[in-house]
Amino acid sequence: MENSPLFKYGHTACAGCGQAIAARVVIEAAGSNTIIANNTGCLEVFSTKYPETAWGVPWIHSLFENAAAVASGIEAALIYLGKKDTTNVIAQGGDGSTGDIGLQALSGMLERGHDILYVCYDNEAYMNTGVQRSGLTPFDTNTTTSPSGALSSGNIRPKKPVPEICNAHGIPYVATASAGFPQDLSRKVKKAISIKGPKYIQVHVPCPLGWRHETNQMLTVAKLAVDTGLYPLFEYENGVLANRKQIVPKPVVEYLKSQGRFKHLLNNPEEIKKVQDIADNNIKKYGLKVEA
Amino acid sequence: MKQFAEGSHAVAEIIKACQPGVISAYPITPQTHIVEDLAQMVSNGELKSQFVNVESEHSAASVVLGGSATGVRVYTATSSQGLFYMQEVVFNIAGMRLPVVMTCANRAISAPINIWNDQQDSISLRDAGWVQIYAEDNQEAVDFHLIAYRLGEDKRVMLPVMVCMDGFILTHGMETVDLPEQDKVNKFLPKYNPLYKLDTAEPISMGLLADPDYYMEARFAIQETMKDSLGYLSEISQEFNAVFGRDYKDLLVEEYQTKDADKVIVAMGSVCGTIKEVVDEQRSKGKKVGLLRIITYRPFPYARIYEALKDVPRVAVLDKAVSLGAYAPIAVEMKAAFYGKKKGPKIISSFVGGLGGRDITLESIHEVLRRLTAKEVNSDFIDLKPELLKEEYGK
Repeated sequence: MENSPLFKYGHTACAGCGQAIAARVVIEAAGSNTIIANNTGCLEVFSTKYPETAWGVPWIHSLFENAAAVASGIEAALIYLGKKDTTNVIAQGGDGSTGDIGLQALSGMLERGHDILYVCYDNEAYMNTGVQRSGLTPFDTNTTTSPSGALSSGNIRPKKPVPEICNAHGIPYVATASAGFPQDLSRKVKKAISIKGPKYIQVHVPCPLGWRHETNQMLTVAKLAVDTGLYPLFEYENGVLANRKQIVPKPVVEYLKSQGRFKHLLNNPEEIKKVQDIADNNIKKYGLKVEA
Repeated sequence: MKQFAEGSHAVAEIIKACQPGVISAYPITPQTHIVEDLAQMVSNGELKSQFVNVESEHSAASVVLGGSATGVRVYTATSSQGLFYMQEVVFNIAGMRLPVVMTCANRAISAPINIWNDQQDSISLRDAGWVQIYAEDNQEAVDFHLIAYRLGEDKRVMLPVMVCMDGFILTHGMETVDLPEQDKVNKFLPKYNPLYKLDTAEPISMGLLADPDYYMEARFAIQETMKDSLGYLSEISQEFNAVFGRDYKDLLVEEYQTKDADKVIVAMGSVCGTIKEVVDEQRSKGKKVGLLRIITYRPFPYARIYEALKDVPRVAVLDKAVSLGAYAPIAVEMKAAFYGKKKGPKIISSFVGGLGGRDITLESIHEVLRRLTAKEVNSDFIDLKPELLKEEYGK
């Protein structure tokens, strides 16, 4: 891959980091006329350790949970300066800073109608602090704060449906995407920034360290999440399901056996069935199955 | 232009004159009247500003942080729990060297919940890296906001400034104030032109991770700037006097009948009006009583205070806040100002009063003077109601 002038190599992300690839795809799609506000998290830490930065666009980090509000202030200032029409504003963060501690700031940003694209890089746990469970950790995942044990199969709750929560705000565009499908992600970012108002894209980004898979399996794992129906790719436009990636569903066990975080489930058909039910519900809800 | 106005309205008028590009706030009593007035000014087209209604104080502070980082003058106001809720951002704004200006309409802290005035809120954020200036009356509240922008945006400073005004007593009090004319404001306060900003023409990264190799120097730089700001405040106040015809000495402290005094009360904010009345009355009876009013609490003017009080035998410090389990906040600084020095008061007694809006009356001040004896006291509460303590503790 060539070096990108907007997200340069030399940053300190782990090998096989899905978030680093997705972040690069996002900013390349958005282009140089973009200002980014970034929550605290892996992406912030590995891209901007003083005195170095990977970013070729104006970029700001303030705190863990406030990128949506900081971006709101940037957007307001750009309107005041008469520069908003020529500048994109992106707020971005991980799943914890977006869907847990930053959900209030995100909701405020959406409700106020700011012309901002929010991108959530969803690696399904607090990876920067050592793989603790977040509200977006999937059902039955083994994390350091939802460990499997004699009495537990891991995380007891399914993922918080943040894209649906965003969509319920009545915003013009909500999409899910995956590091396993970079062209699709790029297209969605371009589409989002062409729409005025608040937009939300949630990108599934495998974390080899936290999910416990080989670094060269990042794309395979990401694609399996989509192909099993566990991570449906869809677009809402003005509240209506406008598009979804259709699949010939693979059994979820193929996805589960690809990662150490689900290893404890492999000899437990009962629990695998529960995960399969989640995928089946997604397939039904979003009409994911390719019609014969 | 002289106007009989509510304190909050007068503050809104001066903020309008300072023309911030982004205003963001979340409602909390007693700050509300300020931001309501600003919202109306924006709605009427009198003030060309983006007014961002947010879902919390945390976001209010974050919005002005983002606006300031984009190179625009910004404003927010809050009180009490609101200030505490934005505390994380308050520290962050200073660390990022963004010259945000905030009004703190001083109010007590929960629990028990209480909307009335004391100064526990802003004093608790003394370590945040914000310059803190306390107004005695509404004229000062107006003038200090103008000075706040001028100081904070000074390229030698680049720090946020909090203008503190006692909730209700000032925010809701009606007084005649001289509102600075727009042309004079423009003369005194140049357009905001930051050293660094978020700009696609010249991309920079802000808010980077600083490891142990770099962190301390960033904090040291703020500490040094804070110390230097004592001098800048004196310099700027002289210029302010020249443009607006006021008589601020240096904006660090006000010495009121302290020169030959036997007893001096040290206090901050609107209560100093009451103390001055007692001082005048005592002086008329030939008693050598004075007041040292602290105007700038951060940075703390140690040297200035030393000079002012080094020959005064007895000092009473009246705090409208407590540091539960320790000496009261201003009292600690006062003792530190004289520790190890050749000269200084033999007695520095500390009193706590006015918490949660308990009135500090003329009689309260007389009581402080009565208790300022040869026996030093610390965090001695005034105006307590013994009958309530009896009920609670069975004393």
